[in-house]
Amino acid sequence: MSGQTLSEKIISQHCGYAVQAGELAIVPIDGAMATDATAPFAIRAFRQLADAPRLWDAQKVSLILDHATPAPNERVANLHRLLRDFSAEQGCHFYDVGEGICHQLMVEFAHVKPGDIFLGADSHTPTYGALGAFAVGVGSTDLAAAWLTGKTWLKVPTSVKVEITGTLSRGVSAKDVALQVVGRLGIAGATYETVEFCGSALHDWTLASRMVLANMVAEMGAKAGLVDVTGLQLPYAWTPLHADPSAQYRATHSVDISHLRPQIARPHTPDDVAPIDELLGTPIHMAFIGSCTNARLEDLQVAAQILRGKHIAPGVRLLIAPASRRVFNAALLDGTIAALSEAGATFLVSGCGPCVGSLGGIPGDHETIISSTNRNFRGRMGNPHAHIYLASPAVVATAALAGEIANVEA
Amino acid sequence: MTTHVYPIDHIDTDRIIPGKYTKTLDLSQLAAHVLEDLDADFAKNVQAGDVLVAGGNFGCGSSREQAPIALKAAGVSVVVAEYFARIFFRNAINIGLPAVEIGKHDILPGHAVQVDLQASTVKNHTTGRTYTATKMPTVMLKILQAGGLVAYLREHGQYPTE
Ligand code: SF4
Repeated sequence: MSGQTLSEKIISQHCGYAVQAGELAIVPIDGAMATDATAPFAIRAFRQLADAPRLWDAQKVSLILDHATPAPNERVANLHRLLRDFSAEQGCHFYDVGEGICHQLMVEFAHVKPGDIFLGADSHTPTYGALGAFAVGVGSTDLAAAWLTGKTWLKVPTSVKVEITGTLSRGVSAKDVALQVVGRLGIAGATYETVEFCGSALHDWTLASRMVLANMVAEMGAKAGLVDVTGLQLPYAWTPLHADPSAQYRATHSVDISHLRPQIARPHTPDDVAPIDELLGTPIHMAFIGSCTNARLEDLQVAAQILRGKHIAPGVRLLIAPASRRVFNAALLDGTIAALSEAGATFLVSGCGPCVGSLGGIPGDHETIISSTNRNFRGRMGNPHAHIYLASPAVVATAALAGEIANVEA
Repeated sequence: MTTHVYPIDHIDTDRIIPGKYTKTLDLSQLAAHVLEDLDADFAKNVQAGDVLVAGGNFGCGSSREQAPIALKAAGVSVVVAEYFARIFFRNAINIGLPAVEIGKHDILPGHAVQVDLQASTVKNHTTGRTYTATKMPTVMLKILQAGGLVAYLREHGQYPTE
């Protein structure tokens, strides 16, 4: 038998026997989370699954209010109440309005660890592959079933290997690498598969940067993303797992990032990616730095470096929603927030907000937005007549300053 | 019974039900806005028992179960596509909405289409071609036959095995 991919290895450990891609497995899970967007239907399904159901392990379950926070109307307020009441009744972890984006919180509060199998009722759950967890996005009913049983069923996925080599130029970041890979593989390039990233370029990457890469596997249809943990620093004891050298991959890609230019996804699909050079001079009306992709401390710091002592262009609004309260606090303490605010940035609640068009920062008709998020589908930010470009925080900040897509000064 | 055909790839969940409408447990609200950014008249025209046909990667994007729920609540009885995005596929089956994958097809708006779930076939009467659906994993078939995952688990207490 050939060696195992990292996905096969993690799933095998949970099954207690060796599995291969294509096999069906019922696996115990190490954690589960849902948000105000997905938990209401999960709670409804959960209550139908059994009479007076209880979570299989309340300490392994988290509920987060992040998608529409604070509540914009009474309907959403009542859904928030439903989550608060359910959390209190079941005794699970609960993160209220303003604590942050679900994926950021799961990692920050160590609800997910390397080698875990984790289910999230959100499509960007694969983000935790940044620390070597097999993390899968599911819908509300799948999640409800897992809440009750502590297990899920899955087909062991085939894996696509993406090897990253070289060194990033100044002004180029993990987001540009992620966009490059999404552009190359396409929006259905890894459907039902795991994208396993490895390569010497990643060894000195921060956890935050690794999260950008794992986050955007959702934009290739993947079930999970895994970043090889070589060089990863975590604040607790853990055992690193790696793919076997003789593992079988469905496909292998190598990406040399040494000469990579900043990358931008054009409207209305994240895989329509071009180097910045093709889009220089595109006027923009709104710039957004936020989301589970790019709103961590290093992202805000990069933006502050570009904007410190300057001011955004007239006619442009720059909105920033830090990924979590911890990120916000750290950025307050080191002066990042002051620099950005003085440059004209408007700060929003730590949460999803504009990313999914649920509240705050809805664009007008025919406006152009440059955003550090992960999706630019038509209507994504709440208006089907707006045009969304996806880019790195450095490119977004530079565009806010220039009023158009412009070269990042290295 | 009408067949609604959108022969394009990658119809994402934002187009099936925009995020701004998903914060509700009211199924009629979801049904009222289903597919509105793709076809503003769909919600008005769709009737109970109708069939929806699309290209490849239908339902890509978010994990929102509101997408298949909105289609089902609007009256769609079966979704046919070349293939489905992973989470949408599971969600549809979990809520008891049949989702049939038939690979590349020639179905266009206006064609007369007949879906036979028992025989796993989709017949295009206009062109005379019959498509055989891709075989679903047994576990999904059992969940669908039970009417969804809630019904299955209530009855059996555990996930189906092959
Ligand atoms: S920030 Fe955007 S992509 Fe991330 S979980 Fe929230 S809505 Fe989804």
